[in-house]
Amino acid sequence: MPHQLLSLYARQSGRYDEMLAGAEHLRPHWQALFEALDVSTPDQMRARQAFVTERIRENGTTYNVYADPQGADRPWTLDPLPFILPAHEWAQIDAAIAQRADLLDQVLADLYGPQNLIRSGALPAALVYGHNGFLWPCQGTRPPSGHFLHVYAADLARSPDGRWWVIADRAQGPSGAGYALENRLIVSRLFPELFRDQRVHHLADFFRHLQDSLARWAPVDPGETPFVVLLTPGPYNETYFEQSYLARYLGFPLVEGQDLTVRGDSVYLKTLAGLKRVHVILRRLDDDYADPLELRGDSSLGVPGLVEAVRAGRVLMANALGSGVLESSGLLAFLPKLAEHLLGEPLAMPAVASWWCGEAPALDYVIEHLAELVIKPAYPSQRLQPVFGRDLDARGRAHWVERLRHRPHAYVGQELVELSQAPVMPDSGSPTLDRRLVARAIGVRVYAVVTPEGWRVMPGGLTRVSGSGDVDILSMQRGGSSKDTWVLSEAPVSQFSLLKGELGAGDIVRAGPEIASRSAENLFWLGRYAERVENSARLLRFASDRLNEEGDAAADAGVSGKAVRGEGARELFGEPGALATAVGYCELFGLLPPADERSVARRLIEAALDENVPGSLASTLRRAVWAATQVRDRLSLDHWHSLNRLHDILRRQRPDGASPADIGALPSTLDRVLLACVSLSGFAMDEMMRDSGWRFLILGRRIERLQCRSRIVAHFLEACGGQPAGVDALLELSDCAEAYRQRYLRTPDMLPTLDLVVFDTDNPHSVAFQADMLLRYLEVLQRDLAASGVAEGAAGYGIPPFREAVGALNAFSLHAIEHRLPGGTPAVQRRTACAGCNELARLLRVAHDASAALSNRIAERFFTHVRPAARILSA
Amino acid sequence: MRYHVLHTTEYHYSQSVQTARHLLHLVPRPVPWQMLERQALRIDPEPTTRAHGIDVFGNPADRIEFAASHDHLRVESEQTLTVAPRPWLATPTDGPVWEKVRDALDYHASPLGDAIAGAQRMRFESPGVRVKRELEAYAAPSFAAGRPVIDAARDLMRRIHAEFRYDPEATEVGTSVVEVLENRHGVCQDFAHLMIGCLRSLGLAARYVSGYLRTDPLPGQALMTGSDASHAWVAMFVPEIGWIEFDPTNDCLADERHIVLAWGRDFGDVSPIRGVIQGGGEHTLKVGVTVTLVEAGN
Repeated sequence: MPHQLLSLYARQSGRYDEMLAGAEHLRPHWQALFEALDVSTPDQMRARQAFVTERIRENGTTYNVYADPQGADRPWTLDPLPFILPAHEWAQIDAAIAQRADLLDQVLADLYGPQNLIRSGALPAALVYGHNGFLWPCQGTRPPSGHFLHVYAADLARSPDGRWWVIADRAQGPSGAGYALENRLIVSRLFPELFRDQRVHHLADFFRHLQDSLARWAPVDPGETPFVVLLTPGPYNETYFEQSYLARYLGFPLVEGQDLTVRGDSVYLKTLAGLKRVHVILRRLDDDYADPLELRGDSSLGVPGLVEAVRAGRVLMANALGSGVLESSGLLAFLPKLAEHLLGEPLAMPAVASWWCGEAPALDYVIEHLAELVIKPAYPSQRLQPVFGRDLDARGRAHWVERLRHRPHAYVGQELVELSQAPVMPDSGSPTLDRRLVARAIGVRVYAVVTPEGWRVMPGGLTRVSGSGDVDILSMQRGGSSKDTWVLSEAPVSQFSLLKGELGAGDIVRAGPEIASRSAENLFWLGRYAERVENSARLLRFASDRLNEEGDAAADAGVSGKAVRGEGARELFGEPGALATAVGYCELFGLLPPADERSVARRLIEAALDENVPGSLASTLRRAVWAATQVRDRLSLDHWHSLNRLHDILRRQRPDGASPADIGALPSTLDRVLLACVSLSGFAMDEMMRDSGWRFLILGRRIERLQCRSRIVAHFLEACGGQPAGVDALLELSDCAEAYRQRYLRTPDMLPTLDLVVFDTDNPHSVAFQADMLLRYLEVLQRDLAASGVAEGAAGYGIPPFREAVGALNAFSLHAIEHRLPGGTPAVQRRTACAGCNELARLLRVAHDASAALSNRIAERFFTHVRPAARILSA
Repeated sequence: MRYHVLHTTEYHYSQSVQTARHLLHLVPRPVPWQMLERQALRIDPEPTTRAHGIDVFGNPADRIEFAASHDHLRVESEQTLTVAPRPWLATPTDGPVWEKVRDALDYHASPLGDAIAGAQRMRFESPGVRVKRELEAYAAPSFAAGRPVIDAARDLMRRIHAEFRYDPEATEVGTSVVEVLENRHGVCQDFAHLMIGCLRSLGLAARYVSGYLRTDPLPGQALMTGSDASHAWVAMFVPEIGWIEFDPTNDCLADERHIVLAWGRDFGDVSPIRGVIQGGGEHTLKVGVTVTLVEAGN
């Protein structure tokens, strides 16, 4: 009777099993984990699975884009069980990877230098000059560090005999180290005792080596502090999450090509305070996209002139431009000889056996053994999926033989490696599998970083797990999963950590105005959209409450929006009721889809949940998330979590055409949205460092809130006819109902209400409070920038007209609306009050417009130089 | 032949350009059969920075940068130079059998001589010239088994000239070789790319030559095509002999009428002016080339 945990765990004769040495014989380094699992209850197992899912959802960890407008977000998948390697095995991997990284670095130095390897015949010209990753304009450049390769990764697999093989080299900007870090932070908390007692190596040293060595080699001028940035292709990239995660962790600003500029032969970051020189670019942007002037001209992602800055030795690229030439299946066949040639020693770890068909004997071999081999492109530009010889029929074989003979140098034949297998927890979706393990094929991506003392290999890595169908394909894109990788130590492990306590406690690493203008812009819009979401949610909750109270019958009868607003409503309800008023407020903000035959209920649901309705709550939230996505490196994880939760609340309620969401449930959904908004604004107000970036976020929030409140109050005043009816609505929509009750302890009256929502500078929801704060922050911003050498008067920020409008508003006396004028008839009193209301409404609109002008002015002054896209001219 | 060349390029932008960088290939590279007497490069407005150097293919290259806003760019390149007959024309030959040339360029895991090593740079796909089976198929009738390589290439050039229509309206910078092959029309740049693609698809080495063509016809000859703008043609590598230049636009080998400016893998390596601008709105471009014979003979 097999052990219960193993009852579904299939051993396969053709594969190495990482955990089991015999039928039920555990390898010693798995013993502790297995025992821990063995004493776990089904509930504990489920809880672990749930913890992983929850953390990933909250962190918004994705493989491709989180908030891509096309909606293509795919959560990262992580198995709760780590993959474990014992110390002695790791020592071999560590040495082999350091050797290989060193070798590849030397190969690059030759290819971008004297090219002796090609002249001597050690390496075919075809594999270099024929590879579109070989960038001729970079030939002859010499990196300030002396290294072309700074960060290297290798994909490893273990064959049935237990040996490790290199499957592929990653030399551009290897991805995955950030995911490895994220996996570690989750899995180490699942098994804290085990993690400590087994002495698992920590990962932080690797990242510290990266920080230190880049800073050490930065080509600084005397007196300069090294400034390192992480260059990303942007939020559309499939690993953008990881890039922002790493940028935060390493404390490097995450920048896009448009944030950088080359002046003379130096690279600069465009910041709010002007240009700041960049010494090192840690690159995740593919090198051929890096400079539209000298490399690919069809890309707007790069930095014109970057190659010239590299040539001048004024910027260190990690990795060097052109390092992509190493990513080639063809090169694998030549590395053993190159190792002898360049290092004078054999390769410590073999690569999977490869034959480059450009050599006649190799071509013959590949054709003869086609059935046992995989055909791969020699160059990544070929976009050819690997072809498994064993899957080809006679016609397919003939076709491939002809193709190989026709262009032999474009193909490589590779031996098939049967991947090893390791235990994973079945998906939580499977009901019967609570306490059983299943076997999946795995491979490990390992990382190395160069330091002045040589290469350092990360003791761990990203273990990738095949999906259940594709046994030999490790791909996150094809339904695979991942694992944390535990390298056990025989000695006490380094406890160094780059994290400040709990991850996400500190928020912004850098202070001062050295924030990229584009980041400031995104923070500004994040502020505006977040505030707009809150306002929309409040309006929609108010309207849906009114509908549920008074309009059940009307909704069932399918009363259209027009009818409710217009004469139809009067027929139904006598006077325009609270619902009509509420709908009016919603329409004031363009929240509702156009009035047509649909019921009010339907329109409210769409306004809340349908991203495709312009102006809807859901579409505004999407914009907020998109803005946040682009400044993820500046938001704390907790801040990000609260935004994610908000997004989730709506996503779970999204209506599909077939079954409209329930209007009865809408108010409670919106309650949850409002609660999440409060926590979001809490993070914005209290958690972030008060630097220039934060100030833009708050400016955005204050401007938006001022605009929302002043419009609501002005709308109320213009419609009230001097009568206090609807004051309740005004209080609720201004989020002041609670404050009013606390202060006056009675049913609301008009004048105290107006005082509270417009003039009371102690009330954080009043119009005057927003204006006050805006002026205060603008002054601080002005002072900050002046301190860093950007002198500009208040006029430059568009402050005077705004201050004037606010002054006029504050000078308004509520006595103008006072009802109880001595001696007046009721009619006279009402007329006077009416005139007062109209005057206050006018002043509010003036303030509203002035804040809009202020917003435009801020955009012009700080953001516009981000805009003009680079264009290529050729004559 | 002694020539005076004036090449002006003028951009006018509807909105001002805030920053710009340009890479110029406008100064003739030194070749044994050309003697440059005088050359000048005038740029208006004055660039913020300006650097002269040699690019990776040995061509003179000027890099200019504008950090201040401007609404036009005028680049005027002027040269006086003498062109002698190409040395390889002195002893006309059809060259070795083409397959031998291909085999000599193939990888043999043995050291390469300078000439072969240099030719390798021009033998593979480049950003502007894909290597495709269609191109090999098009070249095949000219490259029968055992045919001498220069003879075969001359035949390929003749066929391109005969079967493709010269049409300045038909294509633009960046039109792909495969499109040109399908549509059977183009300009000198397209024909050069097409012929290079054909030769490389066969495993031969071929490079793109950018330059000028004298404007006035030789006595008794028709006006040459492509003479009011910069011109482009092809050079093919032949072991022991060197690089033989073919002009598929005019169906002739390059001679004293062809003035060499620069060479590379394709147009992208040597475009006379390539730039990246920020801002600028719409722009108009005016290019003028005049090549005047100062005196005939050597």
